[in-house]
Amino acid sequence: MTHPRILVIGGGLAGLSASMRLAEAGADVDLISLVPVKRSHSVCAQGGINSVNSVTRQQGDSEWMHLDDTIYGGDFLQHQPPVKEMTDWGPRIIDLMDRLGVPFNRTPEGFRDHRRFGGTLYKRTAFAGATTGQQLLYALDEQVRRWEALGKIKKWEFWDFLEPVLDDSGRCRGAVCQDLVTMEIKAFPADAVILASGGCGLVFGRSTMSMVCTGGAVSRAYQHGAWYGNGEFIQVHPTAIPGADKLRLMSESARGEGGRVWVPRTPQDIRDPREIPESQRCYFLEERYPKYGNLVPRDIATREIFDICTNDGLSVEKDRLCVYLDLTHLSREMLDKKLGGILEIYEKFQGVDPRVVPMKIFPAVHYSMGGLWVDFQKSASGGLEEGSPRNQQTNIPGFYAIGECDYQYHGANRLGANSLLSCIFSGLFAAPGVLNSVASQPNRSAEEPARLFRSSVRRQEERHEALLARRGGKENPYALHQELGNLMTRTATVVRRNDQLAAAYDEVCQMEERWQHCSLSDTGNWTNQNVVFTKSLGDMFPLAKLILKGALLRDECRGAHYKPATSMPGIAATDPAGQRAEAAVWCDRFEANTKRWLKSTIAKADSHGNPNISYEEIDTSLIPPRPRLYGLVGGDVIEEVWKQRQANAHEAARQPALPPITGGVASDSIKGS
Amino acid sequence: MIGVSTKNAASGDAISNKNQSAKDRKSTERVVHVRVLRQDGPGQASYWERHEIPYELNMNVISILQRIAQKSCTQDGRPVPPVAWDCNCLEEVCGSCTMVVNGRTRMACTSLVDALLVEDAQEIELRPMSKFPVVRDLVVDRRRVFHALKRVQAWIPIDGSFDQGPGPRISPDEQQDAYPLSTCMSCGCCLEACPQYTKIEIVKRPEETVEELGIRREAAFHREFMGAHAISQAMLFNNHPTGRMNAEERLSSLTSQGGIQMCGNAQNCVAVCPKSIPLTRSIARAGRAATVWAIKKLFDR
Ligand SMILES: Cc1cc2nc3c(=O)[nH]c(=O)nc-3n(C[C@H](O)[C@H](O)[C@H](O)COP(=O)(O)OP(=O)(O)OC[C@H]3O[C@@H](n4cnc5c(N)ncnc54)[C@H](O)[C@@H]3O)c2cc1C
Ligand code: SF4
Ligand code: SF4
Ligand code: FES
Repeated sequence: MTHPRILVIGGGLAGLSASMRLAEAGADVDLISLVPVKRSHSVCAQGGINSVNSVTRQQGDSEWMHLDDTIYGGDFLQHQPPVKEMTDWGPRIIDLMDRLGVPFNRTPEGFRDHRRFGGTLYKRTAFAGATTGQQLLYALDEQVRRWEALGKIKKWEFWDFLEPVLDDSGRCRGAVCQDLVTMEIKAFPADAVILASGGCGLVFGRSTMSMVCTGGAVSRAYQHGAWYGNGEFIQVHPTAIPGADKLRLMSESARGEGGRVWVPRTPQDIRDPREIPESQRCYFLEERYPKYGNLVPRDIATREIFDICTNDGLSVEKDRLCVYLDLTHLSREMLDKKLGGILEIYEKFQGVDPRVVPMKIFPAVHYSMGGLWVDFQKSASGGLEEGSPRNQQTNIPGFYAIGECDYQYHGANRLGANSLLSCIFSGLFAAPGVLNSVASQPNRSAEEPARLFRSSVRRQEERHEALLARRGGKENPYALHQELGNLMTRTATVVRRNDQLAAAYDEVCQMEERWQHCSLSDTGNWTNQNVVFTKSLGDMFPLAKLILKGALLRDECRGAHYKPATSMPGIAATDPAGQRAEAAVWCDRFEANTKRWLKSTIAKADSHGNPNISYEEIDTSLIPPRPRLYGLVGGDVIEEVWKQRQANAHEAARQPALPPITGGVASDSIKGS
Repeated sequence: MIGVSTKNAASGDAISNKNQSAKDRKSTERVVHVRVLRQDGPGQASYWERHEIPYELNMNVISILQRIAQKSCTQDGRPVPPVAWDCNCLEEVCGSCTMVVNGRTRMACTSLVDALLVEDAQEIELRPMSKFPVVRDLVVDRRRVFHALKRVQAWIPIDGSFDQGPGPRISPDEQQDAYPLSTCMSCGCCLEACPQYTKIEIVKRPEETVEELGIRREAAFHREFMGAHAISQAMLFNNHPTGRMNAEERLSSLTSQGGIQMCGNAQNCVAVCPKSIPLTRSIARAGRAATVWAIKKLFDR
């Protein structure tokens, strides 16, 4: 047979690393992307990429600790074997990127330098100036260009993925895509398809994401039968620079290098921030979370900033919510060397030098933990079976998802600098499994009857032509997008309430109806960005609905998903006995909640694109769930009571009379706690 | 044409909306006047079009173009299709949005309206880059920029992506030297500004297939000047401890047709690079390395 032909959709870190690995293994790759792959959204990542390194290892760190931080940070909502495999691969991935020429920052002796990111106590994060994502992406882009020059990879830039093509048995045989210049719609027969299309920030209107992050591709996959997992888990980054066109990120590394978040104790103190004495400043993160300080996990930092502005009324400005992020106490030389890139962004867009004046920042939608449901095959050692066709495969055989568009690695909340790792890892790791899946097929997709592809192409041509032919509609797609974004930002980000979510769901349904009345201001068939945008807007509604419905049904607080009505406050009692009694009740509630809600949300689209929600058990075989107690009042007492319970359970499990439940869980509970 | 009737049908709405909103804001709001050089497709004539956008705080050229798309009618209320343009990151790191703003090539996303109005209080003028074929309006075809990276083999030829331990030790000085070069986002500003870089526009012949056209295009790219960005990338890799192992191949392409000898040292490139990449330093280094290499080759014969 000929070489397998694989279609990779998306050329961010995930798509490029998969393409490189596939080409190396002998496959022919078609790589399609909305923008030249070198311009993919991954270039925006600033802060860095995590892995255990030889220094942290000597300070007590290990792959297991990285796993534990990731799981705990994600509030236990992710399957553990894939995360274990990823953290095990971490050091190798950084080494590889180093060999590819990524200019990582160096120590005086010439080793890679590291910084500390949120949710961990170790300096695990390797970085290249303040443009780590750009540097990693370029290194992979260069390797892909090398394979392109050798004829193994063919790029299709400025192409839009429209739908997967499935054969009668339900296996994916390729995809239909559209040329954004000529508007030609064309089938790409492929022996397997890998979707690496990134996040869906534009569903929230403005976010920290790039303009092509519409979620259109995942939505189309979902509407064609792929399941979507944990859609309601959307990360809102604590520190972004508000802007009219985009909310630009101020990387967590600003805090990693010593940046401090504060507000004046006097509401809307009009003084120049530099003139406000220390005693009149409230460093609320440091006060409330002495252990992690300004580097608490993102969901917590976001809620605290939101809270101090909306509930305590301490926003720096009156008409606009924001707090100070202060770097002015740090040396200019260090700032330029380690944070130059991101400080320039602030300076460029705000016209103020953040080395001299504290920055004004506020939370913004940043990352989608949810994404297409993907499978994995667990290995005997608790990680993944390398080369298994199941790894990263969606429920559609032959159709894979990697990178930010899968749901696999970050649970209810992603730790900073873990995404670049999961993107590169999932790309590299999926490749051999994809090829094994292809190897088990009796024929090549190119030999499939042409009618299979023709009918998909025809369907998409009809959709396209119908859109162009719409007449007299009153709706403006750009205005409708703004409305959707405002609604989603208001109801489905930092704080969620059931009444608001339910109302928003109905409103989205109405907007979707109104979308039918969008008319285009460009009806031509040449580089028609108007029709492409309108199409992707139409595909945002199914995602918006699954996000809202998942959030509505999930009556608990977990990671980024916060419903005040279900939150579990800390301990009020002050006497030890009272505290222990309250902690016991707290732990009971925690256990009941875990039983009820420690499940992934799975959305399946019905024929109208409405979500049917079901739940999936989570593989917690490595680290038993435990309360996430960052900064909770009385957290230490709860932890003590919880540990006691675990020890008792462990003891009980060791009684010979009792049948072992699952060996791994019992013995690992010691390590995990 | 089908397009005409919709445009007419929609125009009533657009005009009344405009009048109404214009009345509402007249007393309080400033407007920004924008002049865009449009072109419907390759080979077609270009034409100017005027737009009027309400002023907002912290606006950039991207938000101007977004408002134009949303409005889809000109200053005098004539409905028109939105202006086409490229963008993605909106924070000057992806290299998509290069255009000629008020006569100067730069990134639309970091072109802040307030600053532009200081340059010219009357209006903001947007034009596509002139050194690349126009696809539509402000969108140009920059495949040649990426092709040049292939020419100079701007990559590290690794043995394979399997684990082989870390890369070479690199001193902080070397890193500080390499990092700026590595931030080149292939935006093409340096090429637009370069007097030696001339436009190549290959028009499809009727009998030609898309593949044949592609081959002819690449051949043309190969003959002409590669550009400052490619020279700088070649130096980036020639200075990397592993990349250096293939320095000769890169020097060979740098000294071939369309290579470094085309550079007239006008230094326009370095003045416009939005990432302040020391292009002239790279060019000087490349020139020296090429000379040494040429002499060496002479003696090796
Ligand atoms: C501002 C910012 C800073 C960040 N900083 C960090 C950090 O410091 N550390 C960290 O670990 N993570 C960080 N992240 C997260 C991280 O950058 C992303 O999660 C990651 O880059 C996603 O990579 P990806 O390969 O999945 O997708 P992307 O890089 O988003 O690429 C998606 C690709 O798919 C293509 N595509 C999309 N839709 C279609 C379609 N319909 N048809 C064809 N092609 C399509 C696009 O053209 C693109 O090539 C940051 C994110 C943001 C927004
Ligand atoms: S120095 Fe060379 S590359 Fe730069 S603008 Fe002048 S001729 Fe062009
Ligand atoms: S060298 Fe500068 S101007 Fe030229 S392509 Fe690179 S970033 Fe753009
Ligand atoms: S949009 Fe990316 S550089 Fe301007």
